[in-house]
Amino acid sequence: MPLQRKDLLGIADLTVEEINLILDTAETFRDINTRQIKKVPTLRGKTVINLFFEASTRTRTSFEIAGKRLSADTINISASTSSVVKGETLVDTARNLEAMLPDVIVIRHSSSGAPHQIARLIKPAVVNAGDGAHEHPTQALLDALTIRDHKGGFAGLKVAIIGDILHSRVARSNAHLLSKLGADVVLAGPRTLLPFGFEKQLAPAGGTVTFAQSVEEAITGADVVMMLRIQLERQSGGFFPSLGEYSIHYGLNRRRLELARKEVVVLHPGPVNRGVEIDSDVADSPFSLILDQVNNGVSVRMAVLYLLAGGVE
Amino acid sequence: MDFREKACVMTAGDMNRVLARMASQIVENNPDLSNVLLVGIRRRGVPLAERIAAWIEDVDKVKVATGALDITLYRDDLSTVAEQPVINKTELPADITGRTIILVDDVLYTGRTIRAAMDELIDFGRPRRVQLAVLIDRGWRELPIQADYIGKMVTTTETEIIKVMLPEFDEEEKVLLVEPQ
Repeated sequence: MPLQRKDLLGIADLTVEEINLILDTAETFRDINTRQIKKVPTLRGKTVINLFFEASTRTRTSFEIAGKRLSADTINISASTSSVVKGETLVDTARNLEAMLPDVIVIRHSSSGAPHQIARLIKPAVVNAGDGAHEHPTQALLDALTIRDHKGGFAGLKVAIIGDILHSRVARSNAHLLSKLGADVVLAGPRTLLPFGFEKQLAPAGGTVTFAQSVEEAITGADVVMMLRIQLERQSGGFFPSLGEYSIHYGLNRRRLELARKEVVVLHPGPVNRGVEIDSDVADSPFSLILDQVNNGVSVRMAVLYLLAGGVE
Repeated sequence: MDFREKACVMTAGDMNRVLARMASQIVENNPDLSNVLLVGIRRRGVPLAERIAAWIEDVDKVKVATGALDITLYRDDLSTVAEQPVINKTELPADITGRTIILVDDVLYTGRTIRAAMDELIDFGRPRRVQLAVLIDRGWRELPIQADYIGKMVTTTETEIIKVMLPEFDEEEKVLLVEPQ
């Protein structure tokens, strides 16, 4: 079954079959990344533009490497060096880039829905690399691949997602994806940062999405603990008293991790604020899969670029 | 698509004899079997490579290494096919540099698959030499590529299809010449 869509905008509208296709394709691409010659000619002659209106190291580099390993020409544009600073609108920027005939535009924007608006207006495939607090589909896909590598599957897994759920597109995309695949997702964090009612927006799925009363309750018996970064850049302030206090009540330390199952794995989408949401001795422990996530990110993005740009429209 | 069966090109018994003969030819041409690697092209080339290796082991008591190549990412028609093909794994031993590679496929037709396979091999290393073994050569080449070991030559028209059936993928074992109806 091929991926029959022009764009990848979110996990919400993906079927379980489409998710599995992307994960399976990513797994076959993994081998290319360990060869001596880390390049295949598959997307030769295709152009991928990375249009990033927000800061990024991992995602942008990952998309760039993914494109290059498939022999696509990849171009990076960041908002600070683009004509956005001269007052060009998002739509004008997109239309102008479209006029140069790229095949894929990867976009990150601080406004939820920005990639969706662009996708409707232009012909190239659009990949959402994070839009506001809405979705970050490739992050959820690489998280799922990392979990699948270590747990074999998703049915019945308890996944605790902890931290600033309110501002987190990673949490939203993961809640959609993991519940679709049959995992039970438990969300926890400061009550001011929990979007109660969010679970009602989710499509009926094999698994569940619930809120826990405390971090301890969420972590108890968990197979996977996913910590989120405190997104100070999206907060107007007043959600919690101080970073120190946040760490004491909501941070992941050895003591809290002991509540989880013995084979627990710890994920974090990065960038990590050490000593805030996660202690260094947990982040660097054998439980931590943070760098496996980054490694899988390249394969997942190769799969997405291949599936969207591989054939004719 | 429905097919009309025009002829049975090979029975299971024929296929066994042909593979045994190809195995003997490979042994004759390659005195240093320890350096030989039989690489099947996915999908049907893979079990054929394994069966040739089994024949060599049977007769000459030498275990020849085998591998599998998925050439999807190296196809020259990826931008013209409507749907992205599913990719399977390429499985080659650590280093192919200096070895004699024998590519094995079921049908040799345009030669484009073999072109893709050679490009992929060269991304893994620098083989000493590359040879080609095919069960059926049906003509209609579009590239200057020929096989070193041929199970059977079959004259075909351009619209006819050679259908190789193997127990690994199909219910029976035989080769048919069919035509779309």
